[in-house]
Amino acid sequence: MIGLNTKYGSAAEPVARLIEEFHKLPGIGPKSAARLTYHLLRVPESGARSLAEAIIAVKEKIILCSVCQNLTDNDPCVICRDSNRDQSVVCVLEEPLDILAVERTGQFKGLYHVLHGVISPMEGIGPDDLRISELLARLNDDTVKEIILATNPNLEGEATAMYLQRLISPLGIRVTSLARGLPVGGDLEYADEVTLGRAIEGRREV
Amino acid sequence: MPTPKTYKTEAIVLKHIDLGEADRIITLYTPNLGKIRAVAKGVRRAKSRLGGHVEPLTNCSLMLSRGRNLEIVSQGQIIESFLSIRNDLQRTAQALYLIELTDAFTSERVENYPVYRLLIDSLHLLSRVPNVELLFRFFELQLLEHMGYRPQLYECLNCKVPLAPVENYFSASGGGVLCPNCAHTEPLVHPLSVDALKVMRLMQRGDYSVASRLRLNSGLSLELERAIKGYVRYLLERDVKSARFLDRLKKDAAEMGVA
Repeated sequence: MIGLNTKYGSAAEPVARLIEEFHKLPGIGPKSAARLTYHLLRVPESGARSLAEAIIAVKEKIILCSVCQNLTDNDPCVICRDSNRDQSVVCVLEEPLDILAVERTGQFKGLYHVLHGVISPMEGIGPDDLRISELLARLNDDTVKEIILATNPNLEGEATAMYLQRLISPLGIRVTSLARGLPVGGDLEYADEVTLGRAIEGRREV
Repeated sequence: MPTPKTYKTEAIVLKHIDLGEADRIITLYTPNLGKIRAVAKGVRRAKSRLGGHVEPLTNCSLMLSRGRNLEIVSQGQIIESFLSIRNDLQRTAQALYLIELTDAFTSERVENYPVYRLLIDSLHLLSRVPNVELLFRFFELQLLEHMGYRPQLYECLNCKVPLAPVENYFSASGGGVLCPNCAHTEPLVHPLSVDALKVMRLMQRGDYSVASRLRLNSGLSLELERAIKGYVRYLLERDVKSARFLDRLKKDAAEMGVA
């Protein structure tokens, strides 16, 4: 560890530089960074080149969709352009990755809006740091009839949802949120009071 | 006595940050161990047995095991989830303000039971009190008291003469009040009315049931806010971030009221 920190010990300068770059990535410690680097040293040049090009390509070609703020290479994105989707429902999410999760369910045929973060008062992240004005702009014509707030069910996510609800409800648009309850395969015994309480609140006829 | 390998403690969860794939580091304030940080494994997974029990702004009972740097949470159970705060945006923001102050003033592993009591009592009061600003000022003064920053409110910081019932001056850098003759001895001072000084003295005594009977007009309330918040800002050398969101909510509410 100490050897690595002091410019990665005796590694040649380009090698040390690559280790350092990998080390900056999330979830990559100094050991993994070194392992990835020495792996790349062994692969043929074409492999390394295609990795480098892929990295450059995402930086150069990926932009935010001007409608839903999702990551895309075409503006508007595939989902926003799809006329088969229900234009009257917009599902609001924290991160672009969340779209993949909702899409996997195959249950939702509406449109999305990505906030790129959550309100986090203690971190100093307020409403102006999120893509909220872009969301409000989409509500100006009468196309959107329902907003589904699908922020994470934690303190920051709920605070963000409450904030949005206060802004959107007065516009006469239906505001809903995802149900809170027990996960499939979960265990009643270990459920916390908040989850279980909301599960009872939201119970339904079988 | 060395702490055993695993131990049980009550705690208030102050905040969390994501760690790796599905873990979180949670910051806890405990009655007997002060502030500690612990890894809660797998809590970001939907099926986590622990997740809901260690959300920020919950009072919970935890089983912790000693780790190399951070403790590891092995079991958790909610004692109080402060639902009435959680279900209200304004109250949530207010609670976060108290939590951020506690986090900012305390250091890790320094036991301070009065601070724990103050935080938990204030959170319980938060959803009931009619005047939150009063509770905030009480909380701030008491937190300063327990952290060793008790402002001097009885005699002049400079000449040590008991303060006369006239307009005196509050000095954040001096940590107390200066009499009119000595006001020039500190660089940044703000006038402090007799009423404001009396309120601060009463709050300093630490009995909220007495302090809660005070009725402050908006001028006095604002004067106290400026003096005490100024002192807090001076000590922390930064603004309290949650206050910005609270101000924002106030502004939004005012705009909606007009429209």
